Amino acid sequence: MKLGVLCSGGKDSWFACGLAQKKEEVACLISVRSKNDASYMFHTPNVHLVPLQAKAAGIPLVTVETEGIEEAELADLSRAIRLAVKQFGIEGIVTGALMSVYQATRVQRICRDLGLWCFNPLWYTDPNAYMERLIGSGFSLIITGVFSAPFTKEWLGRAIDREALADLRRYVKTDRITLTGEGGEYETLVLDAPFFRQRIIIRESETEYANYRGVLRISRAELVPK
Amino acid sequence: MIHLVDLSWKAGSLCRDEYVAPVARIVSAAGHPYREIHFSEVPPSGIADADGIVLCGTALKDNAFTEKIQGLASIRDAKCPVLGICAGMEAICLVFGGRLRLAAEIGMTDIRVTQPDPLLGEPKTFTAYEVHSFACEPPAGWLVTAVSDTCVQAFRHPDRPVFGVMFHPEVRNDLVVERFCRLCMKP
Repeated sequence: MKLGVLCSGGKDSWFACGLAQKKEEVACLISVRSKNDASYMFHTPNVHLVPLQAKAAGIPLVTVETEGIEEAELADLSRAIRLAVKQFGIEGIVTGALMSVYQATRVQRICRDLGLWCFNPLWYTDPNAYMERLIGSGFSLIITGVFSAPFTKEWLGRAIDREALADLRRYVKTDRITLTGEGGEYETLVLDAPFFRQRIIIRESETEYANYRGVLRISRAELVPK
Repeated sequence: MIHLVDLSWKAGSLCRDEYVAPVARIVSAAGHPYREIHFSEVPPSGIADADGIVLCGTALKDNAFTEKIQGLASIRDAKCPVLGICAGMEAICLVFGGRLRLAAEIGMTDIRVTQPDPLLGEPKTFTAYEVHSFACEPPAGWLVTAVSDTCVQAFRHPDRPVFGVMFHPEVRNDLVVERFCRLCMKP
């Protein structure tokens, strides 16, 4: 079955992509670039790097822009999916939804309206097991946004490795964050995956941070051989 | 051993991760060993040595199981508690002589428990996650234990511990699955 993967550039969409590749044909990625940092549906920090990731993975990309206004942005997502159906003949959509009923419900409705399959292979997955699988299976990712206590500025750009995972687990207990960032506590960017043909190197970036909220804005990145 | 039956169109599909794995996690956390089996592998004689059987849901577009429903006929004679979730409820409905009709619900929905039930508790209203295209017209004599504005949300066999829920209890309503697990414990 030909599938399109909704891709924000973060860990969940890329891990879901890897799962989908093992069982079906991933024909394209679908990315929605929101102009609204507070988009309800679409992760925004560094979503402009999805084209570079797509190139690294060797998967075609369909991109549309949205103003990011609640509910209206769903029409833009539907437009992107219809474009992917037309260009690549996809029969279904894959998302990296973990627990967000808000997101899952809306994608399910769009897929139903368009007669497409909808797959959420990480749905209600065990957070600990998932994070272990993620960092143990060749994914390289960094934190590109923090949006809650106790994250300090030093977390921006930090790789999620075993040491970082241990810190995140500690924060789950001390500050009640969700381990996966599902509560919006942090956002990630994937720099490498086991199925990437090249990996991403960040050449220029700057941080914006105040009061436990901040983003790593990446202005230049490029692909290098693995 | 609680057996989790995957009703999706093929064994090991992406649906398994979405509809079987979350139920497995609740069953395991409740302290019960479980085994997954695809519906195409259920023997005609039924699943032997099961303490309980859960028929799990499928993707919205996946109704392949309805075309091969005779393969699940052994559910009629199961000696253990049986729970059908969404597509699983539809399968139970068909196996016991009920019918399906088109009726979709997607997203969080108000569920009204209409009579006391071992899995749902006392009459009340709660919200639950729904992803379905069809609804059940229950087999004759079955008890309807919960409804939404759209359709029957839960039913059970009049004499045996065979249950169906149209909503997905593995999303925000783990207690329903945990209560089912308790029913499966041998005295």
